[in-house]
Amino acid sequence: MEIRANPTRMELKKIQARYTTARRGHKLLKDKRDGLMKSFLELVREDKELRERVESSLKNVYGSFNAASAVSNPKMMQQALIVPKKECNLDVSFKNTMSVTVPVFSGKFVEQAQGTGSCNYGFAFTSGELDSSVRELGSVMKDLIRMAELEKTAQLLAEEIEKTRRRVNALEYIMIPKYISTMKTIKMKLDENERGNTTRLMKVKDMMVAQQLDQRKSDEAEDE
Amino acid sequence: MYKIGIIGDRDSVLGFMALGFSVFEAENSNAASEILHRLAKSEEYAIVFIIENYSCEIENDIQKYKDRPLPAIISIPGQKGSNGYGMTSMKKAVERAVGADILFKD
Repeated sequence: MEIRANPTRMELKKIQARYTTARRGHKLLKDKRDGLMKSFLELVREDKELRERVESSLKNVYGSFNAASAVSNPKMMQQALIVPKKECNLDVSFKNTMSVTVPVFSGKFVEQAQGTGSCNYGFAFTSGELDSSVRELGSVMKDLIRMAELEKTAQLLAEEIEKTRRRVNALEYIMIPKYISTMKTIKMKLDENERGNTTRLMKVKDMMVAQQLDQRKSDEAEDE
Repeated sequence: MYKIGIIGDRDSVLGFMALGFSVFEAENSNAASEILHRLAKSEEYAIVFIIENYSCEIENDIQKYKDRPLPAIISIPGQKGSNGYGMTSMKKAVERAVGADILFKD
């Protein structure tokens, strides 16, 4: 497959320029892909560890919540939990990793009420299990936010890697070979023209020499 | 300043109230997807956690927000335990990027 182009020197120059650009772009994109891949794999490894940790600690939390709800009235429990002691606000900034915009989360807790330690409910109607499970959940919190950040970043990077890989492949296997073969065809055509031209010149020269010889012969014949 | 939301069944999400998450109870996956779209539209939520039981049923809805920087939609196991969906979605991301699953091989 090649691009249709007139076999002229101008076209050849144009295609050569495009070929150089494509080569440079290919190199850059390839580097980008490798860089993305490196950070992506690091991310995913970290995320995998974190997720395992979070899942197991969530399991514990649910277990202790179950225990808490077993020993206390469900209505009471909801009442106890419905007014949060802390308000969780999330600061989001954006970071640019290899031209991908990824969010960076930093959680902030704003204390809503004073006193009562880590819980915002009276201890009279709730069990001790509830206190400890809420505390446990609080300790998972940081990991949860970090996990969200990692997974989102991984998803965004995955998309970018896919895109970049496509581009790299398109350049490597389609565009660049196309340019090369077109350049070759044009060069061949030009060379062919050149050779045609040379033979024509030689032919013309032969004809001229023969004509001059004839002329000379006929001149000599006239002299005698 | 953004908020954190969590969608899931009552028993799983109740505890997160104490942390100051915005808790949304969903009876079934349809309700969950409705809530999800509402939260994503409001643009007030940076992270939306979804309990795995629902998130695997509303995968298509989650996919829509996959390529946007916000919100981050993350599956976490619910009270009934993990069905591995959270890991699966990471696995998919790896497959998408690398072309083959190279990290989560069992």
